[in-house]
Amino acid sequence: MKTLRIGAGAGYAGDRIEPAIELAQKGALDYLVFECLAERTIALAQQARRKNPAAGFDPLLGERLQAVLAPCRQAGTRIVTNMGAANPLAAAEAAARIAGKLGFSGLKIAAVTGDDALETIAGSKLSIEENGKPVSALGDSLVSANAYIGAEPIAAALAEGADIVITGRAADPSLFVGPLVHAFGWSFDDWHRLGQATLIGHLLECAGQVTGGYFADPGVKDVAGLARLGFPIGEVSEDGSVVVTKVEGSGGQVTPATCKEQILYELHDPARYLTPDVIADFSQVRVTQIGPNRVLVEGASGQLRPELLKVSLGVAEGFTGEGQISYAGPGARARGELALAIVRERLALTGVAASELRFDLIGLDALHGTALSARGGHEPYEVRARVAGRTTSRAEAERIGREVETLYTNGPAGGGGVTTSVREVLGVLSTYLPRTQVAPAVHMLES
Amino acid sequence: MKLRQIAHARTGDKGDTSSISLIAFDPKDYARLAQEVTATRVKAHFGALVAGEVIRYEIPSLGALNFVMRQALGGGVTRSLILDTHGKSLSSALLDFDIPDA
Repeated sequence: MKTLRIGAGAGYAGDRIEPAIELAQKGALDYLVFECLAERTIALAQQARRKNPAAGFDPLLGERLQAVLAPCRQAGTRIVTNMGAANPLAAAEAAARIAGKLGFSGLKIAAVTGDDALETIAGSKLSIEENGKPVSALGDSLVSANAYIGAEPIAAALAEGADIVITGRAADPSLFVGPLVHAFGWSFDDWHRLGQATLIGHLLECAGQVTGGYFADPGVKDVAGLARLGFPIGEVSEDGSVVVTKVEGSGGQVTPATCKEQILYELHDPARYLTPDVIADFSQVRVTQIGPNRVLVEGASGQLRPELLKVSLGVAEGFTGEGQISYAGPGARARGELALAIVRERLALTGVAASELRFDLIGLDALHGTALSARGGHEPYEVRARVAGRTTSRAEAERIGREVETLYTNGPAGGGGVTTSVREVLGVLSTYLPRTQVAPAVHMLES
Repeated sequence: MKLRQIAHARTGDKGDTSSISLIAFDPKDYARLAQEVTATRVKAHFGALVAGEVIRYEIPSLGALNFVMRQALGGGVTRSLILDTHGKSLSSALLDFDIPDA
């Protein structure tokens, strides 16, 4: 029985590149998948595309492809990625140019479009999941709307012979489901198989998170070699089971514990994991160590896919301004508290228009507030005071950091290391569209 | 004793909802987790950090529980003023939960 080898070359847009090269060179892969598109990333990409119609795809697309294309061609490995972001067609054109420059002519590069739903839903009465208001209420603050599309157009592109498939907002597991359905000739109404394929995608989509990343806790859960963490390979059987492994000699580890953490990662009801392809059921999944860094995962299933597709809305929500300053030695905490009190009073005195403000002592209560940290009960050697606020304008946001910076000469003794920042806030909300109103399409280019 | 001695955990986020898996190192300890770490107790443990409800799912085949906590991320990763906007560090707070010695 044939086994398909599928690897994950990135778990987010900024992920390490060498582990993907290692997979391409030594993984003997049929498919290499790069998942690089967080919800907020596509809203940012949409803004970039508005400024420049040739932009709006992942800025690291070129670097990643240049790094892996030659070894992928040598091993016969096909590439699937959502690095198309807000502009899959421009990304495919860029990929064709890169392939050409590297001397690979005649490569087939597919762009999957159809996820951009901005025109369909802008101004509509569709209900926003988070607040129940109509989408029309967002007005001009709505900057992007992308429907989560599934594995079907990806499998179709592969069936047409694509060597590289580039999507926009496809669901993360679907990037893996597409190649599996294509390679094994499964059907898009075989819910059981689609549930299994979705589990495989879910296990692999965050790359290093299943091979020992986001896991180590020294003394309790030790992991060796995290500086050269290996990315995962799924060895998939026709029955839908998978052995998760990694390149021999790479850092990290694949154990039942790393797999269990990733199976449950970002899940709500494990019996109902909704994707555009299937409602997957992970509630009966079993994991078994069958060798060093080899874990068998089996037992997923699924049922009829949802009729509605989730649409991710990018919404301009003003700005956040932030400033930080540090204090150390005896009395550090009291000086940090004084610093926060001074800034609080200054922001009121000078009338900074912030809709929401936050005052933290990093090292004491910034992550979990006072209720949990008070249980530690220690006096820290150093603290870092942090003030953050939300404003409608950039200029107003800058005033927050400035009020922290003036503590140098106007605040408590020994304050050092001020940093300030301003960031544009792109909130993400959701709504749903009937799948009949979303029409994915495959465009084939050649290098 | 602390949960950290018998279990490990991982946090995920979707919007303003945080989900934390809690997995027994030894599957034999799953029954103990299921008995001691209830949704009500987890909600109380996190106090003001979690404004919404806490739902618990059971996955005995993995020796694991999954806690879904609503309104736990200050409005969500994209707009929260909290330093840890994803709530990645919340799993460590759950492992600080006290359970009776065996």
